[in-house]
Amino acid sequence: MLGTGIIKGMVETARNFVGSYTDEARLTTVEYPEERIAPKENARQFPFLVYDGDDWHQGMRCVACQICEKECPPQCIYIEKSKDKKPDFIGKPQLYPAIFDIDLSVCMSCQICVEVCPFEAIKMDQEYELSTTDRFGGLLVHKDTLAKSNDYYRKIHPTDAAEIDARRIEDARKAEEKAKADAEAKAKAAVEAKAKAAAAPAGAPGATASPTPRTEPGKGEERPGAPAKAPGGASGAAPSSPPAGGTN
Amino acid sequence: MTALDQFPITLKHWMLGLSFWPDWLQPILSALLSIGPIILVFALLFGLVTVIERKALGRIQNRRGPNRVGIPFTNVRLAGFGQFIADGIKTLTKEDVVPRAADKVVHFLAPIALVVPVMLAFAVLPYGRNMVALDLPETGLVFFFAVGAATELSVFMAGWSSCNKYSLLGAMRAIAQMISYELPLILSTLTVVMLAGSLSLVSIVQQQESTLALGIHAWNVLTPWGLAGFFLFMVAAAAESNRTPFDLPEAESELVAGYFTEYSGFKFALFFLGEYFGLFAICGLGITLFLGGWTAPFAFLNVVPSWIWFFGKLAFLIGFFIWMRGTIPRLRADQLMNLAWKFLLPMTLVNMVVAAIWHFAGQAGWPGVIRWLFCAAMILGPYWMLGRGLETKVGKRVYRYAS
Repeated sequence: MLGTGIIKGMVETARNFVGSYTDEARLTTVEYPEERIAPKENARQFPFLVYDGDDWHQGMRCVACQICEKECPPQCIYIEKSKDKKPDFIGKPQLYPAIFDIDLSVCMSCQICVEVCPFEAIKMDQEYELSTTDRFGGLLVHKDTLAKSNDYYRKIHPTDAAEIDARRIEDARKAEEKAKADAEAKAKAAVEAKAKAAAAPAGAPGATASPTPRTEPGKGEERPGAPAKAPGGASGAAPSSPPAGGTN
Repeated sequence: MTALDQFPITLKHWMLGLSFWPDWLQPILSALLSIGPIILVFALLFGLVTVIERKALGRIQNRRGPNRVGIPFTNVRLAGFGQFIADGIKTLTKEDVVPRAADKVVHFLAPIALVVPVMLAFAVLPYGRNMVALDLPETGLVFFFAVGAATELSVFMAGWSSCNKYSLLGAMRAIAQMISYELPLILSTLTVVMLAGSLSLVSIVQQQESTLALGIHAWNVLTPWGLAGFFLFMVAAAAESNRTPFDLPEAESELVAGYFTEYSGFKFALFFLGEYFGLFAICGLGITLFLGGWTAPFAFLNVVPSWIWFFGKLAFLIGFFIWMRGTIPRLRADQLMNLAWKFLLPMTLVNMVVAAIWHFAGQAGWPGVIRWLFCAAMILGPYWMLGRGLETKVGKRVYRYAS
């Protein structure tokens, strides 16, 4: 008969109404500022830079390779490489970011920077209470604010952090073994060289300096090429410059 | 007990009797002393109902609902009942945006044209024994519906003057709904007028004060035609005051706000106020016509002041509307029209016939019981048959060519 469905529905809502007073477990929401639901491990909000140890500057994993800068869909990352180098976790001298800025107002929390980073240097934070009384300041986040310790990363993403830590310890161990083997080989070579005697024992000390991972393609190399052709004439410079500009 | 019952009246007479009022001021003052409390009480009720409604809807959905706003600068929260004051201040301080193309005068007048007639409707409702601001012995009910119909005008004023096609479409939908449901609304009240033989709301209530057996007051809702009429009236009233499941004119989740899309700030709040006032007024009318007005259900409960009975019943009906809002999903526009024209209208006509039979059938003793059952059957039969047409038939889908 017409109306029975309505009565059934009314009974259901009445049960919910009364139940929400008698049974606290029914309530699906929490009273936010006083109570919080612990964030899920995969929750993500905004990237941060991981550093090892206590000194954020010394321990920063980022080597300023700029892959994240290039991959970032909304282009919210700005990196400037350093002029000097500092040793990384296996003692290899690496560049570091002189400037590393992320624009908070542009970032869309897509996590692509995290996925492309080969150094596990950038990870997603779970900090979501970002409101301030300052409307415009603080939107460009600099590297000193972005840097957060590996301990913090372990705390918010325990599973991922454990896996990455294990991998890095393994890498460090391998690097150490390799260094030891190299040193032995070098010592042997030195001994052999000494045995061979003769002058100039130049063992090439710079040989161990490996190339920095993925240096900037283009730009640096191709730029000089264009002016090289240019001297042919002032008018000839114009057609030759578009290919040079196109590579950027 | 009569002292407490008649307390508002005696207070008014005492204030009028104070010696320092000049004679020429007396009628104006008397009117103001009647109007003032009505507006104050209903405005406060409006504020409280907005909070209670949100809290109740929250509880129905297993949430807590608003419970924050209390007294400013303290930790006193009042369980969130400061919310309506904060909302009022917010709407008052908000920018009032008027579209450049709008008809500014009509745009300004529309919310006023909604609130004023609804407030006029409060004038004829009897809130307690001897408590009616404007007793119209010949035309009380007609006056109520006459001013109630003026809200339709304001709805169209709002939609038209906004100079926005969506507002206009929303207004047309709202008008279509309101006019369709005006008919069953008025026809369902006609049964009461037929049996009471009066259009005066005061005398309709007084007739319901007579007692049946066991000291039960003869509320109209205790008769078959009254019960059916009450339900028909409440359905039509929900549609008339744009309450869920009939809130198509401003379906929040589907339209922006229907006819008051282009309203902001306090004008928007006035529309909100007008809708709630309309709900209170029409609930008050339902109480007056069917639920015995200010009378107690039993004679021995007459010790409780009459105005408490009226506002208690009003609170009950408002609570019922909130409960309905938390339960029933919105109708589709065609379902809305089907319900009005194919179900409510025939049912009200049947109900009028039943009321006539009730009037002429025997009354006392066993004939009275037989009369009750016969009239109930005469309503239930058409209800069942008309209801079959409205029920959705979801069967197995048959594919003529594809299977």
